[in-house]
Amino acid sequence: MSGDHTNQDPKLLRRLLRAKDRMDAASHEQWPVRRLARVSGVSAAHFARSFRQAFGVSPHRYLLTRRLERATALLRDTDRSITEIAFQTGWRSLGTFGRTFRDVTGETPGAIRARERPAAYGLGRVPACFLSAAHRPHLTIAVSEKRRQGAGGINGSEAMEVP
Amino acid sequence: MSQSVEVVGLYVRDQDEALAFYVEKLGFRVHTDVRNGDYRWLTVQHPDQPSFQLGLFRPGPPVLDAATAQTLQAIVAKGAMPPLVLVVDDCRAAYDRMRARGVEFTQEPVDRYGTVDAGFRDPSGNGWKMIEPRR
Repeated sequence: MSGDHTNQDPKLLRRLLRAKDRMDAASHEQWPVRRLARVSGVSAAHFARSFRQAFGVSPHRYLLTRRLERATALLRDTDRSITEIAFQTGWRSLGTFGRTFRDVTGETPGAIRARERPAAYGLGRVPACFLSAAHRPHLTIAVSEKRRQGAGGINGSEAMEVP
Repeated sequence: MSQSVEVVGLYVRDQDEALAFYVEKLGFRVHTDVRNGDYRWLTVQHPDQPSFQLGLFRPGPPVLDAATAQTLQAIVAKGAMPPLVLVVDDCRAAYDRMRARGVEFTQEPVDRYGTVDAGFRDPSGNGWKMIEPRR
């Protein structure tokens, strides 16, 4: 989907990786392109395109997947309320969190919580950091696109949002 | 004698840079450093694990063609190589020590039900988890 990957200079890739690492370390923070570009030492104009070419996903979408991954882990592993988890993982509105969560994963945060908890049993031998990466949601299309696809199809019926 | 894994190699972008990183910043020791023309066999060793060597290899000629080497360099620089795990007695102390030496940490120490882990990268992009196991 995105050109010739091997054409990018490894030195540039290493700096782009630094921006990705920073999002990983603090996905709850706001990461406008300008801030990410500064981490990588490239111009804001080049950053988004270079990042997408390197990692196959835009920086914004990458951040969303990390936030959803973290929210899923918190839903599974803690008793914190869904509201608390939404704000803790970087969303500024509960509505956006619930909608994005459902559009990407196909389930509500509450449903994930109910389903994931029993399944977590027995995974104790895998280091938690790797385990959490294995549960990272795939997001290869835009959330809005995913939303459109879902609206016509199977799970377009209920639009309940957890308050 | 027991049978075991003796050498596992990493790809690095620059062997001198990698050597300085693993020896000066992480406290490994050089095990073997032998050159033959362009080729350099370089392994380091954890001081507490004399039976194992970590190879620091630069992908390139004469073993690999330039295009393949470039692809591998890119993969390493994107952080796409498999996970590496360093086990330590005290993750927070190791974090403070390594950070003071300029190691690029990607994750501060996090407590997970009795284990503590942090993440760092070598200059090439290889990602390590540093884990303090549960006692």
